[in-house]
Amino acid sequence: MNSIFEATRHALALIGGGDPELVRIVLLSLKVSLSAVFCAALLGLPLGAAIAVGRFPGRHALIVLLNALMGLPPVVVGLAVYLLLSRAGPLGEAGLLFTPGAMVIAQTVLILPIIAALSRQAVEDAWREYEEQLRSLGAQGLDAALTLLWDIRFSLLTAVLAGLGRASAEVGAVMIVGGNIDGVTRVMTTAIALETSKGDLPLALGLGLVLILIVILLNTGAFLIKETAERRSG
Amino acid sequence: MASILPLRLHELSFKVNGRRIIDRVSLAIESGASTVILGANGAGKSVLMRLMHGLLVPSGGRIEWGSEDPRRLRRAQAMVFQQPVMLRRSAIANVVYALACAGVQRAEREVRALNALDSVRLRALAHRQARTLSVGEQQRVALARAWALNPEVLFLDEPTASLDPGATREIERVIRAIAAAGAKVVMSTHNLGQAKRLGGEILFLHEGRLAERAPVDRFFAEPASAEAEAFIRGELPWT
Amino acid sequence: MDLTRPLAAAVLGAAMFAAAAAHADERFIVVSSTTSTENSGLFRYLLPIFKAKSGVAVRVVAQGTGQALDMGKRGDCDVVFVHNRNAELKMVKQGWFVDRHDVMYNDFVIVGPKSDPAKIKGMKDVTAAMKKILAAKAQFASRGDRSGTHSAELRLWKAAGVDLAKQKGAWYRSTGSGMGATLNTAAGMNAYALSDRGTWLSFKNPQNLVILVQGDPRLFNQYGVMLVNPAKHPSVKKTDGLTFINWLISPEGQKAIAGYKIDGEELFFPNAKR
Repeated sequence: MNSIFEATRHALALIGGGDPELVRIVLLSLKVSLSAVFCAALLGLPLGAAIAVGRFPGRHALIVLLNALMGLPPVVVGLAVYLLLSRAGPLGEAGLLFTPGAMVIAQTVLILPIIAALSRQAVEDAWREYEEQLRSLGAQGLDAALTLLWDIRFSLLTAVLAGLGRASAEVGAVMIVGGNIDGVTRVMTTAIALETSKGDLPLALGLGLVLILIVILLNTGAFLIKETAERRSG
Repeated sequence: MASILPLRLHELSFKVNGRRIIDRVSLAIESGASTVILGANGAGKSVLMRLMHGLLVPSGGRIEWGSEDPRRLRRAQAMVFQQPVMLRRSAIANVVYALACAGVQRAEREVRALNALDSVRLRALAHRQARTLSVGEQQRVALARAWALNPEVLFLDEPTASLDPGATREIERVIRAIAAAGAKVVMSTHNLGQAKRLGGEILFLHEGRLAERAPVDRFFAEPASAEAEAFIRGELPWT
Repeated sequence: MDLTRPLAAAVLGAAMFAAAAAHADERFIVVSSTTSTENSGLFRYLLPIFKAKSGVAVRVVAQGTGQALDMGKRGDCDVVFVHNRNAELKMVKQGWFVDRHDVMYNDFVIVGPKSDPAKIKGMKDVTAAMKKILAAKAQFASRGDRSGTHSAELRLWKAAGVDLAKQKGAWYRSTGSGMGATLNTAAGMNAYALSDRGTWLSFKNPQNLVILVQGDPRLFNQYGVMLVNPAKHPSVKKTDGLTFINWLISPEGQKAIAGYKIDGEELFFPNAKR
């Protein structure tokens, strides 16, 4: 009980103090996770739409695989991306290991299945309603998929938020490919892991509360945008 | 440019899980007065229209149009469904979208869309979000969307089935105007009054078969088939 | 279909991504080191001094010594700064690393619960103390992660004549994690553990744990620094890496190391031979 009180006190002090180091860590966390969400959405939404609308052999297997990959362990993703980006690995030349770029790549891989699988479901439901009308108008393939994505943009926001939640909460992947380097690749979750290993549990929990608060703020913002826009466009 | 009509169906069949929904229908649809496909619920009206429009692939038989160019065939047809499907954007943007799909020049789209909305008396609501309109207004946007494409053939699948009498009257006015402007209207309905008001000729479907085909006056005055006679007697004429 | 909007979005995304990736405009080297040096706060104290002097930023990736050495072999860092002398010398011989130097030492301590069920408090003979832990089947938390501390622990068990493979049981808990995490585990279970003094002194969650055994010369813990062999990995920043190594073993660097204290207590004792 005492340490939870202590953690809350830490959290309030961290937020109130505006410690420049904390601000830097928070901004880097946001930058990495939002970039990853952006890349994953750019790839995952069209992928989900294509699987929803397309009819090809192996489609059902692909859907099952995608759903299963939603639970990818971050450590495994981190390790795989580490081996790819390592100097001894195939993409070592790029020198991306232990940079924020590497963290963006790892988180993109991690949340791509989430965004693709959830948007596949949303698009498939919408496609049932729209299919005949769009085919009658002669919208096909990519055109039809993009139209559909734009039309159900509010449902897709939920898929994207699920990806953001996962990205901002995971520690396993960014720890391995980022290295938790002070001032360069240290983000909220790796900072929490570090303080835990130093035995400073109240500070670690305090950082955790700050992280939760940020995620709540992001979701509130997205929710308000969605509500307003949805009311306006029916 | 030659018309894509006539549309000829040869022994056309459509099966779902071995059950025949459309059973060896043969007929020809020529340009001219509107064709109304009449029949009870489940007679196969909607399926027949979707087969003609190309949304369903027949299980047997053939469909032949007066043209063999698939691009031209697609652009010369339009269809309006029982439930209007509005995209989440303004009424005019819905019409513009259809024009873009049909390959109309960007500069022309807006004007044509506005004219079409004018014809369905919705110009004032052009910039309202389509999904916030009433169902009747949405169906009029759907008609404007189809009309703006200048189709040679317009398929209408029970366009007033979910509407109240006032909205129905407005839709019927628009359909008459479209026919008067030279488009061939092919419409399904189970409403006898509507068939009388709009039809030039009647195709009567019964359990997937074409039971009777006749000009509208003769069909109602002296139906040739027992099924048609029973249908006319059974339906309430004022609905 | 109007594609301008999605295309603009794609370009924006690519730009953001590039901005995130291109963080590499400052002059830096990557040093693979151990959790003990990072967690004890030494680097936070030392690196700003070095950067002010040389203009080179040092990016530290802290792992167990085994993993840190592995990272060097893969060429994913420029300098390795760890504490497993035998393994380091072996890998220098194999050609993975060059320019190895002793830098400093600290010592290990055995910590355990105040209640001290194995009765080892104050013993000066570490192997005798470990035998008593085994005899009492008292809980012992091991790193179990191929780190320098783990290797030292295994050497001590061997010196005590204990064959762990045969004799370890429920009393011996391998945590497979870093020093801090292992101390958290030991504190939670009232277990004994071998820790480096630096991490112990800066550890903030000791609960009932206290130092029970210290001062045996066999608890001596040597840190060394070496450069990843540029002949094996051309991407290694040889000049800046050597600048860092040479500074660490210079009188100035050595003095800086000696100057790092927690609660007035010196954590690392410089002993570079020049």
